[in-house]
Amino acid sequence: MSLFGIPIFPEQASSFAMDVDMLYFFIVAVSAFFSLLIAVLVIVFGIKFRRKRVNEVGARIEGNLPMELMWSVIPTVIAMVMFGWGASVFYHLRRAPDESMQIYAVGKQWMWKFQHLEGQREINELHVPMGRPIKITVTSEDVLHSLFFPAFRTKIDAIPGRYTELWFEATKPGTYHIFCAEYCGTNHSGMIGSVHVLEPAAYQSWLAGGSEGSLADRGGALFNQLACNTCHLDTGQGRGPSLNNIWGKPVELSDGSTVVVDEAYVRESILNSQAKVVRGFQPLMPTFQGLISEEGLVSLIEYIRSLSPASTPAATGAQGATGAQGAPPAGTTKPGMDR
Amino acid sequence: MDATRKIPSLHYLNNGHGLASWLLTKDHKRIAVLYLITVSIFFFLGGLMAVGIRLELTTPEGDFVTADTYNKMFTLHGVIMVFFFLIPSIPAVLGNFLIPIMIGAKDLAFPKINLLSYYIYAVGGIFVLSAIAMGGVDTGWTFYTPYSSAASNTNVVPTALGIFITGFSSILTGLNFIVTIHRMRAPGMTWFRLPLFIWAHYAVSLIQVLGTPVIAITVLMLFVERAFGFGIFDPARGGDPVLFQHLFWFYSHPAVYIMILPALGVMSELIANFSRKKIFGYSFVAFSSLAIAVFGFIVWAHHMFVSGISVYAAMVFSFLSFSVAIPSAVKVFNWTATLYKGSISFDTPMLYAYGFLGLFAIGGLTGLFLATLGTDIHLHDTYFVVAHFHYIMVGGAIMGYLGGLHFWWPKMFGRMYSEFFSRISAILVFVGFNLTFFPQFVVGYIGMPRRYHAYPDEFQVLNVMSSAGASVLGLGYLLPAFYFLYSLKKGEVAGPNPWGASGLEWEVPSPPPTENFAVTPRVTSEPYEFTPRVAREVELV
Repeated sequence: MSLFGIPIFPEQASSFAMDVDMLYFFIVAVSAFFSLLIAVLVIVFGIKFRRKRVNEVGARIEGNLPMELMWSVIPTVIAMVMFGWGASVFYHLRRAPDESMQIYAVGKQWMWKFQHLEGQREINELHVPMGRPIKITVTSEDVLHSLFFPAFRTKIDAIPGRYTELWFEATKPGTYHIFCAEYCGTNHSGMIGSVHVLEPAAYQSWLAGGSEGSLADRGGALFNQLACNTCHLDTGQGRGPSLNNIWGKPVELSDGSTVVVDEAYVRESILNSQAKVVRGFQPLMPTFQGLISEEGLVSLIEYIRSLSPASTPAATGAQGATGAQGAPPAGTTKPGMDR
Repeated sequence: MDATRKIPSLHYLNNGHGLASWLLTKDHKRIAVLYLITVSIFFFLGGLMAVGIRLELTTPEGDFVTADTYNKMFTLHGVIMVFFFLIPSIPAVLGNFLIPIMIGAKDLAFPKINLLSYYIYAVGGIFVLSAIAMGGVDTGWTFYTPYSSAASNTNVVPTALGIFITGFSSILTGLNFIVTIHRMRAPGMTWFRLPLFIWAHYAVSLIQVLGTPVIAITVLMLFVERAFGFGIFDPARGGDPVLFQHLFWFYSHPAVYIMILPALGVMSELIANFSRKKIFGYSFVAFSSLAIAVFGFIVWAHHMFVSGISVYAAMVFSFLSFSVAIPSAVKVFNWTATLYKGSISFDTPMLYAYGFLGLFAIGGLTGLFLATLGTDIHLHDTYFVVAHFHYIMVGGAIMGYLGGLHFWWPKMFGRMYSEFFSRISAILVFVGFNLTFFPQFVVGYIGMPRRYHAYPDEFQVLNVMSSAGASVLGLGYLLPAFYFLYSLKKGEVAGPNPWGASGLEWEVPSPPPTENFAVTPRVTSEPYEFTPRVAREVELV
């Protein structure tokens, strides 16, 4: 939206953009009211009580307790309204709906790499369907970045060694900016891209073109390639625990505590395998720190998640998420080993 | 002006000649002048960087300097302006000069430590200047890890050491002020007879003493990680990058109040003296300074709402952040009420005070957008944030500094500056400031991230507006250098109290003698007493 050719307002393209903007307008209104109030008062006083004689002095007024209370309490009440309203919008912004479609993003100097569960990989471009909640799990392979979608009014930092997430539901087909909002070195301002919001049908046809096997398939291939399958047997009789049907469930550790199997736990167990060993197993697993790329880790996570069919997120399309085809996709570099 | 006014024959400026008498002085007033010269040099350097930044941003392509040069310019702009100009400006120049005189003392409690503070500050400054000479540093003034500790290949170490060293200057100055305010007040100068300038500096000194050690240890850890490879913040070495942000902001948020609180103290003096009226609600204004200092320590994580902290931690810090808005609002309302039924004159310092009110109000109110979680997620790390903190730290702190400098200049040097040019400069600064930074709120909300060397075309119009405004602002900042220097020799003699102001500093000659008071004054009245003849009763014992 623009005024006399000057852009003044960003595109509203997500389900909560309107909520954020309403809150914004409320604070603009409060700010404008108080700015004008102060401006009018100081200008009027400045004119009305302008010094008339060289030796003139002001009236003797010490203060006024009721007025002090008034201008402490009223701003406090307004501030509490802002806090409460802001917190509720924020809570909504930070809680991805359970049925969200999963996408992974990895930031690196200076590009955004996106991976879809169906296998599509994109750099600085992201295709998403309109009208579906989409959850993006974000990490970084070097320094801090921040994945920012101005048209969706949301962002989250990409932190090396950690997973963060954001979600949105795009409401308007079109192409919008992706920015890196956290300074990350030389080409920080070049770490930008476009998110393409497609009608569901258009998205399906986009998906149909050029898939190279699902993300979980790639994870499965990597799983075999790294020889994880020699210990993590389906039967549970291997040197490592079976990974079937564990996602989202608590497992007991050798020190008696429990941990829920999620992205962070799987990541830690691969990179720092001795940290949390499952009860009943020996700490035999080698550490894979520095041997698997962030994309490789993500594919392994998706593969392990796919071994728990009940908890597989609502992936689009009918493409199997069960890793049936074990062969690595042809014509590409080995997944996950591209460091 | 009264033609019979004379500069006293002996005063602090001519009591001792030669470079050594200045460089080894223990007189708080001469040390203030040393700081004045040094911070002005740093302000000029930081300003040059800003010129480069605004030139680059007039076009979207990033064609004026390379990306690396641009990144170094905004980093040095931030480092110099924050650590070497804004933090020392009002306390080390005006505070140093005025605190002893305002409370009726001959000097600060520890004059030698005061000189030591200056040299520590200077050594820290030399480290940063040498970092520039060696090719600069590109981490941003925030030094976020792991970029600063593991990825950047610029001069992070000398810059971090410069900040580490300068921190001790800040700590020692704070200590000196606290002890001075406690122990050196003249007979009758009770706590509630202190000028509000003193209350503000007392609050600032507390933050300096309590907060600065945290940034010192933080940059030291950064240094250890970078120089010796210890894993503290870098996840590749087992560290935690978010820990750095907690530590950094635990100091650097209160540091915002180190920069703004002294300006709030200056404001109280200006508003009271140029409306010749007692400050409305003295104790509320005094205690709001302390409240800001205390609350300022518990809001740091509002800089981290998108850094992966938990939803509930974010809510707690959002709630606490609003608590610091209230004492700031209380101050603004009290100043406004002070004007009511005052005798208001618009000399240059009051023009700055009016400008301050406008800019500080906008700066404070736009902070609400960032304390509010729902809007901060979108606004974080955009130009909206840049505009907000410039309204506080430039609009607020520098307006306060310049207002104070124009108010006390005749006291410091005994002569008046050009009234005409100083008014022009006050107006240019106010107008230029708004033209520069208001468009940045808009370009921030439409999504332009900060620290961008090149940007998409649709942000250009607002950036051009901002750069055009910056040229007006730059002119407004340059003018005082000329008329102040001119006034030193040619200015009209000011006399002890050219404004008809109230306060002990206006009872002594201008410039004051080295010992400030021939006899220790005895204070018998409240601050800001204005009678038509004498500003204030002071019994000389």
